[in-house]
Amino acid sequence: MTQPDSYLYSKEHEWLKVDGDVGIIGITDYAQDSLGDIVYVELPRLGALVKQFASVGVIESVKAVSDLFSPVGGEVVEVNTELDADPALVNREPFTGGWLFKLRLADPSQRDGLLSAADYSALVAAEH
Amino acid sequence: MFEESPLIFESGKPGRASTYFEGGWTLDEFVPASYRRADLPLPENAELDVVRHFTRLSHRTFSIDTGFYPLGSCTMKYNPKVNDAMASLRGFAELHPFAPDGLAQGALSVMYELEQALCALFGMAAFSLNPAAGAHAELAALLIAKAYFKKRGEGQQRTTVVVPDTAHGTNPASAAMVGYKVISLASDARGRVSVEELRKVLGADTAVCMMTNPNTLGLFEDHIVEITQAVHDAGGLMYYDGANANALMGNARPGDMGFDLMHLNLHKTFSIPHGGGGAGAGPVGVAAHLRDFLPTPVVRRDEDGYRLDFVSADSIGQMRSFWSNFSHMVRALTYIWANGAEGLRRISQLAVLNANYVRSQVREFLETPYDEPCRHEFVASAQSLKRETGVRALDIAKALLDRGFHAPTIYFPLLVPECLMIEPTETENKETLDAFVAALREIVEIAHSNPQAILDAPVNTPVGRIDETRAARQPDLRWTPEGYSTQS
Amino acid sequence: MAYTPHTAADIEAMLAAIGVRSLDELLTVPDAIALRKPLALPAALPEVQLTRKMGALAVANAAVEYTSFLGAGAYRHYVPPAVMALAMRGEFLTAYTPYQAEVSQGYLQAIYEWQTYVALLTGLDVANASVYDGATALAEGVIMAVNATGRTSIAVSRAVHPNYRAVLQTYARGLDLHVEYLPVAPEGTTDMRAIEEKLAERPFAAVVVQSPNFFGSLDAPSEEARAAIERSGALLIGVVAEALSLAALQPPAAWGAQIAVGEGQSFGNPVAYGGPYVGFMATTKEHLRRIPGRLVGRSVDKNGRPAYVLTLQAREQHIRREKATSNICTNQAHCALVATIYLAMLGARGLRECAILNLARTHELAERVTLVEGYSRAFSAPVFNEVTIRVPRGLRARAVLEALQEQGILGGVDLGRWYPELRDCIVMNATELTTQEEIERLCTALEGIQPPARSVKSVAARV
Repeated sequence: MTQPDSYLYSKEHEWLKVDGDVGIIGITDYAQDSLGDIVYVELPRLGALVKQFASVGVIESVKAVSDLFSPVGGEVVEVNTELDADPALVNREPFTGGWLFKLRLADPSQRDGLLSAADYSALVAAEH
Repeated sequence: MFEESPLIFESGKPGRASTYFEGGWTLDEFVPASYRRADLPLPENAELDVVRHFTRLSHRTFSIDTGFYPLGSCTMKYNPKVNDAMASLRGFAELHPFAPDGLAQGALSVMYELEQALCALFGMAAFSLNPAAGAHAELAALLIAKAYFKKRGEGQQRTTVVVPDTAHGTNPASAAMVGYKVISLASDARGRVSVEELRKVLGADTAVCMMTNPNTLGLFEDHIVEITQAVHDAGGLMYYDGANANALMGNARPGDMGFDLMHLNLHKTFSIPHGGGGAGAGPVGVAAHLRDFLPTPVVRRDEDGYRLDFVSADSIGQMRSFWSNFSHMVRALTYIWANGAEGLRRISQLAVLNANYVRSQVREFLETPYDEPCRHEFVASAQSLKRETGVRALDIAKALLDRGFHAPTIYFPLLVPECLMIEPTETENKETLDAFVAALREIVEIAHSNPQAILDAPVNTPVGRIDETRAARQPDLRWTPEGYSTQS
Repeated sequence: MAYTPHTAADIEAMLAAIGVRSLDELLTVPDAIALRKPLALPAALPEVQLTRKMGALAVANAAVEYTSFLGAGAYRHYVPPAVMALAMRGEFLTAYTPYQAEVSQGYLQAIYEWQTYVALLTGLDVANASVYDGATALAEGVIMAVNATGRTSIAVSRAVHPNYRAVLQTYARGLDLHVEYLPVAPEGTTDMRAIEEKLAERPFAAVVVQSPNFFGSLDAPSEEARAAIERSGALLIGVVAEALSLAALQPPAAWGAQIAVGEGQSFGNPVAYGGPYVGFMATTKEHLRRIPGRLVGRSVDKNGRPAYVLTLQAREQHIRREKATSNICTNQAHCALVATIYLAMLGARGLRECAILNLARTHELAERVTLVEGYSRAFSAPVFNEVTIRVPRGLRARAVLEALQEQGILGGVDLGRWYPELRDCIVMNATELTTQEEIERLCTALEGIQPPARSVKSVAARV
């Protein structure tokens, strides 16, 4: 699965899709593949104010657990409640249906600290 | 081959249970209605049916008594039956923890003698037999460190714990429970802690450096004296994770290496049975400057005999309901007395011999990174095998189960990809080791010629590979009677 | 005896295979730490002498020959021999943690059964594979509540076992938690009004209550207190130190506990001078992922057969490392197994009969003792198998216990050891093992243990 060009990416394998002043955040296909079958996702609370790159939650697979970092800072305005009953959605649709949370960006310029799809591909290729 | 194994709850009928007690009263004679429990939804089985049930379960459980168990860092040595016989003597088993000290002198003597023996063996000034397990002892040790620095006025300043990347998972978890931040130290090309790299992360904020020696790669940290010196120069304390103590009894002592704190796993080095995952026992040892911080109670000896001392101004306090996993203290002391200094030294020597013997053969068909003589355990890697055949460490482990061996530890330490950590221990004879090596060799050969056979393993066990994803996504952690709803 | 099977020929062959000439080549250490003197340990003992020496130490614990009314968190119960015969099978005793599930189905199933028993007995949804003991179970339960609520203050009843409270203090210091105590009311139960007052002072992560409590009193929170706890957002943690009481009394879930913790030693495990014991923990579905330690789950294997496996391991220390819910590694598997076999052996009926017998004996103990002049019940609350007896005015509990000891009786636990205001009180425990004759002997002895003035008077009365 190739990563959508319109998204931005973090070194921690999260993606950000910006829609106006709201950002949608998820993990990449590479991330879900590395983790394996995801069994549980712990998401930030609604209304929480998160800082860029701060740890905001956790993604558990059978054998590993990974911190969830926020690629940008802001206020959490929505979380993907479908993941309660179906955490595997993150494995199946990491870039679409398996989104994790949405936040209102505190500072749009923080996007400059993120990677383009091309740069992210290069990062993944290097790590592999 | 497949045998049904119903739950104890799925058999039985009301009225079927055996009677062990006299009857003649009812609950309402003694308990007011508001406190009375109406239902007790537990099964009733006849004694014979219970015996068959658990006998069957024992047949579905691999153990040291069954076969070889080369789990690295677990030290699965023979658990002598004489230890169990001593632990179950009436004078020990029926002794109540609140028995007055004067009427428990035998038990207190056991604890005192064991403590002295451990001090002599490992070069520490004092041990507490309180902690219930290795992880519990680690927690105690870190609490001791925290209390020590607080007393010196350095509590706010010293906030970090340095842990090599080969460390056992409990190390960072214990540190977090005490509010310490963990700094991970990358091992060098030789698989050891590099003194230069260590010096870079040491500072005024260093509280403790946690290490084991030999490390989890089975390699002796030959620069240990420089390491402990460096940490002491920075004002920090050295903690020895005793998981690998089986490698160095009578050969070297953590106290002499410069460690200030340590723990032991009696269920590893001292032959206490693992019991399917516990109970263990984890004495915590300290150098002289830390003895006042030990948890209470401490066993003291004076002219009148032995007593439990609960009063200690600087103690970190109590760690558990009572005084120790006492039955295991009896086992450990029995083991030490059975062996004496010479015997214990012999144990470590032969543990090292067995590991090297196995390694010298395994390295012919599996990669053994850090290709040098090991101590009591060594690591092999299935990384190349995986690349060539698709067969991973996990698959090798499952194929070993089919051949009557327990698998080695796999995927630990994290440093080595597709890792197998093998620790034979000293109680295995040469034929067993040869059979294990032969089985491993065969598995690797089959991996090349017919990998699917290995990927399908195990096929000779009560169940095949288990859907662990389903277990985690749809947790089924208990049986529920029909029509039952929990009261919460 | 080192239990090492190596012959000289074996060693020679092995050294040759390795390619070294002597063992010493494999054991080099830096000069600075090489051991040069022999270790200060006694010489090895052959098994005959070894068993004799250890046997002598066992016999040197005179307390086991005394008539005992000691309880207070460790209980003497009858264990059918069939239980130990099964539990001490080598497969159970010498197995490792069931990480290779395919060859550990027996143990995994047994622990699944333990988890089920604990859930059923406490009335809650889910239980873990066990923790070290009751005191550490409480500490871990408190950590759960702290993680769940984000609050760092705990309110604990003074009637909770003093050792449990001490351990909680140790853990609280490590984690910078704030612990406050709830007073005991004259009836020997937690002061319920004090709960409501305390909750108004600040936000609490948990309120901790034990029932039956350390004084033996049944001590479940009242409806009003439960409502206040719920309103405040704190979790109610119910502690049970005498697990047998769960067979007769309303379980923690019924009185509003969201987390139940306690000691399972009563189920088949010997008192063994304090350990190993087995702590249990149970909670609601809501807090499942916060529960520490191991969990056994039921799944299927690749052929669709039912199979047990350790699950939700990502929470545990060996994977999450510094993010673990706790650092706990071992569970008390073998002790939990013993408990499970005991519960299976007794069944619902045996367990209930045993509990009723405990109640009957304790009732009798209390009745007979309070017939002795000067001895009375300190508290009016109903009890299970422990009762607090107040000694005659002018005496201390300690003196009474010492006098009893001289007559071969261990009368109970001196509450003055932890509660200065209760220096004249003894907690006495009677179980299904306590005989009428023992109670008689106790009472006869107590009759002779009177304050000086009174004894002179009664002597004078007889003359």
